[in-house]
Amino acid sequence: MKYKSVFDIIGPVMVGPSSSHTAGAVRIGLVARKLFGRKPAWARISFYGSFAETYRGHGTDVAIVAGLLGFDTFDERLPNALEIVRAEGVDVLFSAEEAIPHHPNTARLHIGDEKGELELVGISIGGGKIEIVELNGFALKLSGHHPALLIMHNDRYGTIGAVASVLAKHKINIGHMEVSRKEKGKEALMAIEVDQPLTDDLIQELEQLPNIIQVAKLID
Amino acid sequence: MFRNVAELVALAEKDNVKIAEVMIRQEVEVSGRSREEVIAQMDHHLAVMERAVEKGLQGVASRSGLTGGDAVRMQRYIENGRFLSGETILDAVSKAMATNEVNAAMGVICATPTAGAAGVVPGTLFAVKEKLRPTRMEMIEFLFTAGAFGCVVANNASISGAAGGCQAEVGSAAGMAAAALVELAGGTPSQAAEAMAIALKNMLGLVCDPVAGLVEVPCVKRNAMGAANAMIAADMALAGIKSRIPCDEVIEAMYRIGAAMPVAFKETAQGGLAATPTGRAIAARIFGASAASK
Repeated sequence: MKYKSVFDIIGPVMVGPSSSHTAGAVRIGLVARKLFGRKPAWARISFYGSFAETYRGHGTDVAIVAGLLGFDTFDERLPNALEIVRAEGVDVLFSAEEAIPHHPNTARLHIGDEKGELELVGISIGGGKIEIVELNGFALKLSGHHPALLIMHNDRYGTIGAVASVLAKHKINIGHMEVSRKEKGKEALMAIEVDQPLTDDLIQELEQLPNIIQVAKLID
Repeated sequence: MFRNVAELVALAEKDNVKIAEVMIRQEVEVSGRSREEVIAQMDHHLAVMERAVEKGLQGVASRSGLTGGDAVRMQRYIENGRFLSGETILDAVSKAMATNEVNAAMGVICATPTAGAAGVVPGTLFAVKEKLRPTRMEMIEFLFTAGAFGCVVANNASISGAAGGCQAEVGSAAGMAAAALVELAGGTPSQAAEAMAIALKNMLGLVCDPVAGLVEVPCVKRNAMGAANAMIAADMALAGIKSRIPCDEVIEAMYRIGAAMPVAFKETAQGGLAATPTGRAIAARIFGASAASK
């Protein structure tokens, strides 16, 4: 079942006007920001489907940028995100794409600076919930129905084991896990779905492990 | 975990508890958090709803200027005393609009089940507050009851306008509110399910056709009518009237209608009111001619 928590229905607390097109979009931007680990120097944001048709009306553009700035869905600064991001010198470009996506509310974010780049595809499935279906060219098959973690890491022995050990110590059971890499020894990605809620303490502990680049919670 | 309304009602009847209690117990189990934490979070969401209504009743305006001020207009009309329907129902209408006007003005709201439909549940709750005099805990329970029915709709149909049209948003919200109203008024779990069925039946087929893609026209007034619908459906169920089609089958019908609905009527701003001459003219004024020609 997709919806298990009452707060998926009575919630989120958010800045309007649309849970799927505003709050969901903030969360897609926030995941990108957390995985990138810093404010990007530039962002190319492409909208598909309903997002492409109505992004200006629902403030989807404002919302994704708010997420990139690290604002949460209930942040009162959210309506001014476009002005804030421009004042901070981030080069942001939006485009509405004609291609028909699998889900009507799809956004592709390509962000970067002189040190690196990140590209992800997120979908907003309703009520503020999101799924990340692609990250840096890695296709993800997370169900979106369980708490999930995305971990960018260096492809070194023991890294996956260390992450699993920390989860075990916190009595968190892994329900589904995907590991992928571009090239042997280079950047790799762990996508992990678990059965128990993920706390900030746990995220901090994972970030301290050797060879971990970034950790992002997809769903609490 | 309950998969449908029949199971939800059966769980409440088996333990002789409210639907709200079934939802609270499940939330504690699923989240791994304590009962106190779960109730405290809902109390916070209730406080957000109260602030949104207060703000809307002071008068707000959206950036486009399309919405704002109607909640205040309705309150003045009620004070005037010469209304045709009833004071409680008009108060629900006013408070539902207040919430959605705040939402359209990019204010802080609590999605129930979505932002576009956020007015219905709090609008009805705060309207019956005068009459039923609920405790704070009973108001919190109202939201758990509404959430329980919303979970069933979300899992078996949809709560997204882009996937199921407005019936999935304001329709779901009206059903949730109707069920919660019945429980707050002392009705049984099965009467709550009847109220949900009656409310949702009368929202079937409703398209999502926002003018210029904005969550304003007709969303604010659809929330007003969703609240009115919920109040009447609750009164019908409390009067002992039953839906000939069981609640779960109404939800299933809503899902099938949503799946068969053309994309033009699912939050794309291409059909319905968005495609009327006035709708297109508004889009052109706000976004320029290219947006309106789509």
